[in-house]
Amino acid sequence: MSGPPIRLLRRSFLAGLGGALSGLALGSFARAEPALPPAVDPAAKAAAEAEGAGLRPNLFVHVTPNGGVQIVCARSEMGQGVRSSLPVLIADELGADMSRVEVVQAPGDPAYGDQNTDGSHSVRGFYDALRKLGACARMMLIAAAAKQWKVAPNTCTAHDHAVHHEASGRSLGFGELAIAASKLPVPKDILLRPKAELLHVGKDLPLLDGPAIVDGSAAYGADIVLPGMRTAIVARPPVVGGRATAHDATGALAVPGVRAVVPLPAPTPPFAFQPLGGIAVVADDTWSAMRGRAQLEITWAAGANGEYDSETYRKTLLAAVGLPGVVVREVGDVGAAMAGAARRVEAVYHVPHLAHATMEPPAAVAQFHGQSCEVWASTQNPQAARTSVAKALGLDEENVTVHVTLLGGGFGRKSKPDYVVEAALLAKATGAPVRVQWTREDDIQHDYYHTVSTQRLVAGLDAQGKVVAWEHRTAFPPIGSTFSDTALSAPGELQQGVLDVPLAIANVRAENCEARAHTRIGWLRSVANIYHAFAVQSFIAEIAAARSRDPRDTLLEIVGPPRIVTLKELGVESLPNYGQSLDEHPIDTARHRRVIERVTELADWDNRQKNGRALGLAVHRSFLTYVAVVVSVVHGPDGKIRVDEVWSCLDAGTLVNRERVHSQFEGAVIFALSHALYGEITMQQGATVQSNFRDFRLMRFPDAPRAIHVEIVADDGPSCGVGEPGVPPVAPALANAIFALTGQRVRDLPIARSLKV
Amino acid sequence: MTITLHVNGKPHVLDIDPQMPLLWALRDHVGLTGTKYGCGQALCGACVVHLDGEAVRACVTPVRRADGRAVTTIEGLSPDGSHPLQKAWVELAVPQCGFCQAGQIMTAAALLAKNPSPSDADIDTSLAGNLCRCGTYLRIRTAVKQAAAAGGKEK
Repeated sequence: MSGPPIRLLRRSFLAGLGGALSGLALGSFARAEPALPPAVDPAAKAAAEAEGAGLRPNLFVHVTPNGGVQIVCARSEMGQGVRSSLPVLIADELGADMSRVEVVQAPGDPAYGDQNTDGSHSVRGFYDALRKLGACARMMLIAAAAKQWKVAPNTCTAHDHAVHHEASGRSLGFGELAIAASKLPVPKDILLRPKAELLHVGKDLPLLDGPAIVDGSAAYGADIVLPGMRTAIVARPPVVGGRATAHDATGALAVPGVRAVVPLPAPTPPFAFQPLGGIAVVADDTWSAMRGRAQLEITWAAGANGEYDSETYRKTLLAAVGLPGVVVREVGDVGAAMAGAARRVEAVYHVPHLAHATMEPPAAVAQFHGQSCEVWASTQNPQAARTSVAKALGLDEENVTVHVTLLGGGFGRKSKPDYVVEAALLAKATGAPVRVQWTREDDIQHDYYHTVSTQRLVAGLDAQGKVVAWEHRTAFPPIGSTFSDTALSAPGELQQGVLDVPLAIANVRAENCEARAHTRIGWLRSVANIYHAFAVQSFIAEIAAARSRDPRDTLLEIVGPPRIVTLKELGVESLPNYGQSLDEHPIDTARHRRVIERVTELADWDNRQKNGRALGLAVHRSFLTYVAVVVSVVHGPDGKIRVDEVWSCLDAGTLVNRERVHSQFEGAVIFALSHALYGEITMQQGATVQSNFRDFRLMRFPDAPRAIHVEIVADDGPSCGVGEPGVPPVAPALANAIFALTGQRVRDLPIARSLKV
Repeated sequence: MTITLHVNGKPHVLDIDPQMPLLWALRDHVGLTGTKYGCGQALCGACVVHLDGEAVRACVTPVRRADGRAVTTIEGLSPDGSHPLQKAWVELAVPQCGFCQAGQIMTAAALLAKNPSPSDADIDTSLAGNLCRCGTYLRIRTAVKQAAAAGGKEK
């Protein structure tokens, strides 16, 4: 087997940020993929040593005597643009010339802080911290120059990759100062620049990894090649918690290229990040391993989940929301208000399991060295990968190194390192470096699925049509079931569209009804907001229809007047608020209203039924970001309902990279449309029915909207999330548009169950 | 069995199973990992390469079909990433995760070779077999048209 050398994830910012300086246009980064051969000749060795010296005030910044600046990105890149965004906070504070900045991907290590790249918190969690790291290096470079010039540091400035003493016209480059600065004490009190001096932050920034992606050199988990590496394909139990009771490896071992057949340990509940077990075929190349797996004879025992059936479970959930659950939110007296209501509107919504289906199926490479293990993985969660590998191999964590590659999509799937552990176990078992490659079938059938959910909403209206009572019951197997034996949800899920929805209604009650999991439940981009926003935002449009009012007016009426919504008004004792304080990130209905008003203006809401189109609207705050979406649907020539145009307006607070914010919200529309229109994972006899893109359908070019318009309506105040909040309002806006077009109300997703789409 | 592939202008003599999909021959034996595995069933287009100039799905193309023929992968589309499609992709910041983009670009390159100024409908039809989970379809449409305007057919 031959292959390219191991490529670590290092990439240079080169010319291209010039355009972004003025915020005018996207530049392009020239390619720079430093080769990493061992330094053999003396000159190269000296150069490497010079590279290693210089100023390293912290783990994230390195200014070399050659004037290079290396900035560490400790969060995983999965398409959200984090590598093109976070390092710029450090570089701008430093005053670096972007063309001389190289971004180095951090391995998994708690020394880098939180590296679990999910929850849409890379920017909001690190904005100030990263600035401080850059500012610290800047202060030391300035101190070194001031010392040399015998001037006061506060008479010096740092910009354009040099320290300047304007009064005397003197300048010293960062490289010239690096060694001297490295000998100075690291300052304790860090002074940030005025925000106006951050030259690139908040602008449209070029895509760091773009050039490597388009020429094929960008390395993902499956692209790592080690000398002597084998490839493993694993036959996993079809049912979660099942196990192989017997297997015959004869046929597999007879396939040329197959080296070993290795049983993997069956997991014990709770399954958490454990591999699913099964039988691995380890071979010289991928094709041989695939052929070998096809020849395995395995007898499976299904275990406790062998009866799981989606049609039956649908009835279970429906029954669950028919009975009172645990009250999680309460204001006023819903019972009395319902009893006194002139009329009631009631609806039940069902959203099925969904798969992550990242374009890159899970893959990881591991090499076992006896007392240590090194892995390369496309992981969102390198520290959990490290911990899990250490535990599985019985090693100290210090002896496990996790290199993070680019991720071919993540969406929450790659926060769970089960596939990384598989690679490590097989590297140890076989003594050779092993790449575990999941096939698409493996990926669709052995996911940590987005949960299945049923919700029942009831509204009481008075004689004038005003909503006087609101009752919301939600039932779904919780994510917690993957980590403990529980059937009730955590506040972390209920805050996502149940506890936190502003309702200008006097009597409100929300209940969580028990639901037991029979498969692995995980988090999928925007998580519980997917089904809660679908139900709540569809239901508000149903109320509008029931009282024959404009859905937009009804939505604004229920959101209510501009105000900060208190816990008391919500009727909850506390709110996780995505880990942020309510003081800094209150629920502010002025921001809801602003995105609603702007998106309906852009979509020409008052002419919502012109030229054969129909519009639907939804708003949702998630990950602290406010998003309103309008979807326009038309009848296609083929009798199908087509999504023609989508508008998405957002307020995510202060931004780092406007361009990537746009791209995330554009992508979120397609991602959410796929699920709403076609997305469904079903179970029969405990096993997943779907297996590939033939039956887990995703949106394709011909069905993609003609246009998606994204507008950032505000960009001040504390930073909020970006990767996920674009998703939740899309499905209800689509369902509301379809109702406006056809009169048919879709309460069961996917829409393809009931309509031709 | 010995198979000779002319990949990006260079010959590679491989002693492999003739039934092995071209995708795995390229990735595991030629050492070119720019061509991606996404589904193995010609459903997603992540593996598209050119076989004598025609776009094919390498995941379902037995390597024997490529014996003695010219294979172009994303690594060989241009010597330095300067194909009009590659340039347009970078300028418009098309990729998100990027995993599907080699297949998108190779499919679009085959389209432009035949149809130098495609309409939206032409692009949609040609790229209907290429999935993007991140949802970059609209930027891809724009980028293909931009590359066409820049003379995508010349390459």
